[in-house]
Amino acid sequence: MHLHKYEKIWLAFGIISLIVFLSVVGVSAFHQGNTPSGGHMTIDPNKVRETAPFDQTGLHERSDGTYEMVIISQAFGYDAGDWKVPVGKEITFTLTSEDVTHSFSIVGTNVNMMAIPGQVNHKKHTFKEPGKYLIICNEYCGSGHHFMSAEIEVVES
Amino acid sequence: MNQSMNLPNDRRLPLANTAVAYAAFLIGTLCGLLQVFIRNDALTLPGWLDYYQILTAHGLLLAIVFTTFFIFAFFQAGTSKALGQFGPRVILWNWIGFWITLLGTLLVVVMVVSGQASVLYTFYAPLQAHGLFYVGLALFVIGTWVQGFALIGHYVKWRRANKGQLSPLFAFMTVATIILWVIACLGVVATVLFQFIPWAFGWTDGINVELSRSLFWYFGHPLVYFWLLPAYMAWYVVVPKLIGGKVFSDSLARLSFVLFILFSIPVGFHHQLTEPGIASFWKFLQTVLTFMVIIPSLMTAFSLFATFETRGRQLGGKGLFGWITKLPWKDVRFTSILIAMLFFIPGGAGGIINASFQMNELVHNTLWVVGHFHITVGTPVAMTFFGLTFWFIPYLTGRQFTKNLQRLAFLQIFTWSIGMLLMSTAQHMLGLLGAPRRTAYTGYAHEDALAWFEGVLSNHVIMAVGGSILFLSALLLIYIVIQLWWFAPVSDQESKMTFPMAESDVSGTPALLENWKVWIGIAFVLIALAYTIPLSEIIQHAPPGSGRFQTW
Ligand code: HEM
Ligand SMILES: [Cu+2]
Ligand SMILES: [Cu+2]
Repeated sequence: MHLHKYEKIWLAFGIISLIVFLSVVGVSAFHQGNTPSGGHMTIDPNKVRETAPFDQTGLHERSDGTYEMVIISQAFGYDAGDWKVPVGKEITFTLTSEDVTHSFSIVGTNVNMMAIPGQVNHKKHTFKEPGKYLIICNEYCGSGHHFMSAEIEVVES
Repeated sequence: MNQSMNLPNDRRLPLANTAVAYAAFLIGTLCGLLQVFIRNDALTLPGWLDYYQILTAHGLLLAIVFTTFFIFAFFQAGTSKALGQFGPRVILWNWIGFWITLLGTLLVVVMVVSGQASVLYTFYAPLQAHGLFYVGLALFVIGTWVQGFALIGHYVKWRRANKGQLSPLFAFMTVATIILWVIACLGVVATVLFQFIPWAFGWTDGINVELSRSLFWYFGHPLVYFWLLPAYMAWYVVVPKLIGGKVFSDSLARLSFVLFILFSIPVGFHHQLTEPGIASFWKFLQTVLTFMVIIPSLMTAFSLFATFETRGRQLGGKGLFGWITKLPWKDVRFTSILIAMLFFIPGGAGGIINASFQMNELVHNTLWVVGHFHITVGTPVAMTFFGLTFWFIPYLTGRQFTKNLQRLAFLQIFTWSIGMLLMSTAQHMLGLLGAPRRTAYTGYAHEDALAWFEGVLSNHVIMAVGGSILFLSALLLIYIVIQLWWFAPVSDQESKMTFPMAESDVSGTPALLENWKVWIGIAFVLIALAYTIPLSEIIQHAPPGSGRFQTW
C-alpha cells in the first residue's frame, strides 16, 4: 500500500495532535479531578424517599466544611430544600430521579447532570459569584418538561 | 403513459425505497418548521397536538426513515450496477425486507401520531410508549437486515464467481456499511426485544434503565456512521467520476472504511458522559477510542481533496489554488456534494468538542448539540443525498434532469446552505448560553433565559428564520423529485445508464483488506474490551427495575 509523502505528513500531524490532545484531557480528568458528573451507587427507584441520603433533601454541611446538596427530581420539578447555598464553598450535588429520566443543569456553570432512575449522580461545584442561578431540566421528561426549572441562590456565608 | 410500470425490477426496488425516503423527508421537515416557531413562541399548537409528539416524528422521520430508505435505494441501485443484475432471489428478498421495514415504519408512525409514543427517537426508559411502537422498531431493524443480507448474498455470489479478485470499490463499501449496521443494531435489538417489549406489554414489571441506555448508545453512535458511510461512498466513488477523475487510492479508501467499522462501535459511552453508573475509566477509554475515528476521517479528507487537485491540474489549473477554478462548479451534482463536504469541516470539529470528556458538560443536551447534528447528518449527509437524487432518480426513471431543473437545484442547495448556516449557528451559540434542546417554549423567568431571545445571532428568532428558509428549500427539493419522477421529458437510453462510478485501481491493494473475518473479529475484540466489564457491572449492580411512566 502506497502513501503519498504529503499524506504521511498530514496523518503524522493528525496523530500527534491526537496524542497531545488526549493527554491533556486525560491529565485534566484524572490528575486534576475534572471528570464529568458520575457515581456508582444505585437506589431503589420506588423507594427514593425512604433511602438515605434522599430521606433528607436539601443542603447539609459536612464535618470538613464542604457541603452536600441532596436533590430528588420528579416530573416536573425538584425537591431540594430551600435552594440557598454559600458562595466559595465546595458543594457536592447528589441527585436521583423518582420517576423518569431528567437532568439538573445550572445555566452558566459546568453542572450538567443526568438524573437516572435507580442511579445516584454526583458533581462537585464551587460557586465563585453570589447571585441567582437558573436551573433547568434539559432531558425530555414529559409534557411539562419545559416547565421544569428552579432557581438557586448563592449567598455570602 | 406511466413509465415506471414497465421498469425492470431492480429499478423499481430502489425507486420504492426512494419514495418512502422523500415522503418521510417532507413530513419530517414540516415538523422541523413547526418546532422552530414553537420554540420562538410564535406558534401555539392545538390541544390535540404536542411539541414532543412532533419532535419525536421529526427525529424518527428524518434521522431514521429518510436516511435508511435512501441508503438502501442507493445500495441496491449501486450494487446491481457494480456487480451485475440481481437474480430473482436477491430481488425477492430485497422486496421482502423492504416491506418489513415499511411495515415497521408505519407501525411506529401510527403510534406516534395517535399520541401513544411521544418518547422521542431515543425512547429512553422508563418513559413507556405503546408496546406496538417497540414492535415497529424491531420490524424496522429486521427489515433492513433482510435487505442487507440479500445484498450480501449478491456480493458473495460475485466473490465466488471471481475467485481471488477484489470486489469493485462500491460493492466493498456497501458490504462494509451493512456489516457496521448489523453489528450496531445488535444493541438496540437486544434492548428492544429483551427489555422494552416484555416490559411495555406488562410481562415484566421493571426495566434496568441504565442498561437500556447503554445498549441504545452502543447502537446510537455507529448509527451516525451508518448515515455517513454512504455519503462517503458518494464522495469516494461518485464525485471523482463526476469531475472526470479517478479514485485517489483504492487501498486507502478501503482501509478507511475498515477503520470506521472498528472505531465507530465501541464508543457509545461518549453520549453518556454526564450520567452515573459507568466508571470514569470506561468513559475515558471510550473517549480515546472515539478519537481514533479522526484517523480515517483525515485520510478521507486528504483523498478527496487530492482527487480534486489532481483533476484540476489535469485540466490545466496552475499555481497553488488555480486548480480550484477548473472544477465543474456549474454541475450541481458536484457542487451540492462539495458544499456538503465543507459543512462537515465545522461539523467534525464540533464532534471533537462534544466527545471531549469533561468538555461535554458544557454542551450536553443543549441546543449546541442540535446545531451539531444539523451540520453533520442534516447537511453533509442530507445534502449529499440531495446531490445524488439529482441524477439517481433520472437514472431510475429514465427522465431528464433538464436545464430548468438544474437551475432550481442550485437554488435548492443554496437556500438549504443559507438556512442551515443561520439555524445551526444560532443553535450552537444558544447552546453555549445554556439553552436546552428538546424543550418547547418557556419563559423561564431569569435573565440568562431572556438572553436567548435577544442576541444578534444567538437568538431563537434567527433559528426560526433559518428554519423557514430550510423548509422552503425542502419543498423545492420535493418539487424537483416529483418532476424527475413523473414529468421531466423522457431521455434517450444513454442517460438511463449513467450511475457515475469512478475507476479505482486495485493493483496495489492488499487482499487482506477484503478479508471480512479478520475485521469483524477485531471489531468484536474491541467491543468486548470496551463494553464487557462496564455492562456486567451495570447488570450485576442493577437497582430494582423502574416501572412504566407516561408523562406526556
Ligand atoms: C426544514 C429543515 C429542518 C428544520 C427547520 C429542523 C429543525 C430542528 C429543530 C429546531 C430541532 C430541535 C428541537 C428541540 O430540541 O427542541 C431539531 C431536532 C432534530 N433534527 Fe432537525 N431540522 C431540519 C432538518 C433536519 C434534517 C434534514 C435532519 C436529519 C437528516 C434532522 C434531524 C434532527 C434530529 C435527529 C433532531 C433531534 C430530535 C430529538 O432531539 O429527539 N433535522 N430539528
Ligand atoms: Cu425534563
Ligand atoms: Cu456519538
